[in-house]
Amino acid sequence: MKNKAKALNGIFSVILSILSLLYIFPVVMILFNSFKQENSITTDGAFTLPTAETFDGLTNYVNAIGAQGFLSSLGYSLFITISSVAAILLFCSMSAWYLARVKSWFSTMFYYLCVFSMVVPFQMVMYTLSATADKLKLNTPWNIWVIYLGFGAGLAVFMITGFMKSIPLEIEEAAMIDGCNPIRTFFSIVMPMLKPTLVSVGILEAMWVWNDYLLPTLVLDIKKYKTIPMLIQYFRGSYGRVEMGPMMASIMLTIIPIIIVYLLGQKHIIKGVAAGAVKG
Amino acid sequence: MEKALRKYGPLFVLPTFAAFLIGFVYPFFQGLYLSFCQFTTINNAKFIGLGNYLKVFQDTSFLDAFWFTALFSVVSILSINVFAFALALILTRDHLKGTNIFRTVFFMPNLIGGIVLGYIWQILINCILSLVGQPLLALNTKAGYWGLIILMCWQQIGYMMIIYIAGLQNVPEALTEAASIDGATSWQTLWKVKLPMVMPSITICVFLTLTNSFKLFDQNLALTAGEPAHATEMLALNIYQTFYARAGAQWKGLGQAKAVIFCILVIVISLIQFRATHSKEVQQ
Repeated sequence: MKNKAKALNGIFSVILSILSLLYIFPVVMILFNSFKQENSITTDGAFTLPTAETFDGLTNYVNAIGAQGFLSSLGYSLFITISSVAAILLFCSMSAWYLARVKSWFSTMFYYLCVFSMVVPFQMVMYTLSATADKLKLNTPWNIWVIYLGFGAGLAVFMITGFMKSIPLEIEEAAMIDGCNPIRTFFSIVMPMLKPTLVSVGILEAMWVWNDYLLPTLVLDIKKYKTIPMLIQYFRGSYGRVEMGPMMASIMLTIIPIIIVYLLGQKHIIKGVAAGAVKG
Repeated sequence: MEKALRKYGPLFVLPTFAAFLIGFVYPFFQGLYLSFCQFTTINNAKFIGLGNYLKVFQDTSFLDAFWFTALFSVVSILSINVFAFALALILTRDHLKGTNIFRTVFFMPNLIGGIVLGYIWQILINCILSLVGQPLLALNTKAGYWGLIILMCWQQIGYMMIIYIAGLQNVPEALTEAASIDGATSWQTLWKVKLPMVMPSITICVFLTLTNSFKLFDQNLALTAGEPAHATEMLALNIYQTFYARAGAQWKGLGQAKAVIFCILVIVISLIQFRATHSKEVQQ
């Protein structure tokens, strides 16, 4: 029995290793192509390694960063993601505390509206939302977080409220009796207890905002501001001929920071996703 | 305490609620209203009753997109969940080496956005197609369909696998041990003990893959953009094209009506799914 399990483990290890290589292959392929000369990047040659003649060093990267405005897109994406996630975590946890502790028709209504909003597809609101954002001048990278807070509130409020119901009321009550007002109670008692949930919610919302394409495309003025997904799409869409070299380099420049962040915070990210799903 | 918190209520709830009104509630109801109107901008909307809805059902591109989406969803939900569950089973085996590395690798594609994923796979699939002498994605419906499925599997299997692993780790060891003492084979243990115990994870994963597949947009736009001739266009992309790729007074109203139908469809399907799998969950 034991030997059989051991042998099976061996077979599985081999299968999983092959699968892992297949999983990484698409990214490695882009990496190799990003070092090729522009005219050596062909449709049927995507799998060939760069050779001495076709190797182009970092030229594509320099082009992508220089002429194609990669750095400003990176800046916009970073700012939008950080400001939106920060706003979502702060405001939604405050609301969630209120919804979990105060029973009223308003709490019930708001809670169910949040649940409802999670299922509604973006296409339902895309036209009216971008019109509303224009009217309220919420159409710059600096204040688009308001829109993200509104559209992302559903998931965040739902998840945090769910967790809030499982933490004991007594601690908060003790703090209030000792003379804390609700604001202080929230920030010094409730917020620290929420930390694991906030990490999960933060990761899920950050993955969404960072990779979101349609919402910023419709809300922002594409001539002035491009986030990274908008930039990649713009490469393909608006030129007659696609500059494949800088395009590959841009894809790599987009993926590398994500992989670094992922490898550093791998444990939290995987735990956060699992925990988020169990509560959701 | 409730009283004190009530007094501070506006401070705690108002920021989110105001943003929620701007970002969801108001656009939702305005969208609902506009689906009964003819308009090119919000300011010139003219109420025309059910006209848009009648036109939706004459629009064959919408019906085609619906069938394409449905067919895509069924196959992708099945394959993602079966593979993810199988991987989770293997990765929760005792004494298997390197589980952490495998987990990390399989989850990675999830962090890469749909647009970027779509282009990576477009380059890869086009290369394979040209090497075997087949028409490229822009002219090849079948390749577009399977390309989307492979792409979605690549992206989502890791995510669902993580959820299944969490579910499997929660199955009490006493149960599986009792089963093996009673002489159950590992196959029987899987079907009679493990599967019923991870039913909550299955509910979540099927729900997530279902809504993800039905609402798919970025990957569809980047991989095939609906080519050839709208044959690989899914519902979300069809609605987007109706809104933004056409000029003329009738299109935006039609697009909004399609969006309302799409929305109802997604809600109804997810409700049915949730009821169906939720009822199979067992109490621990």
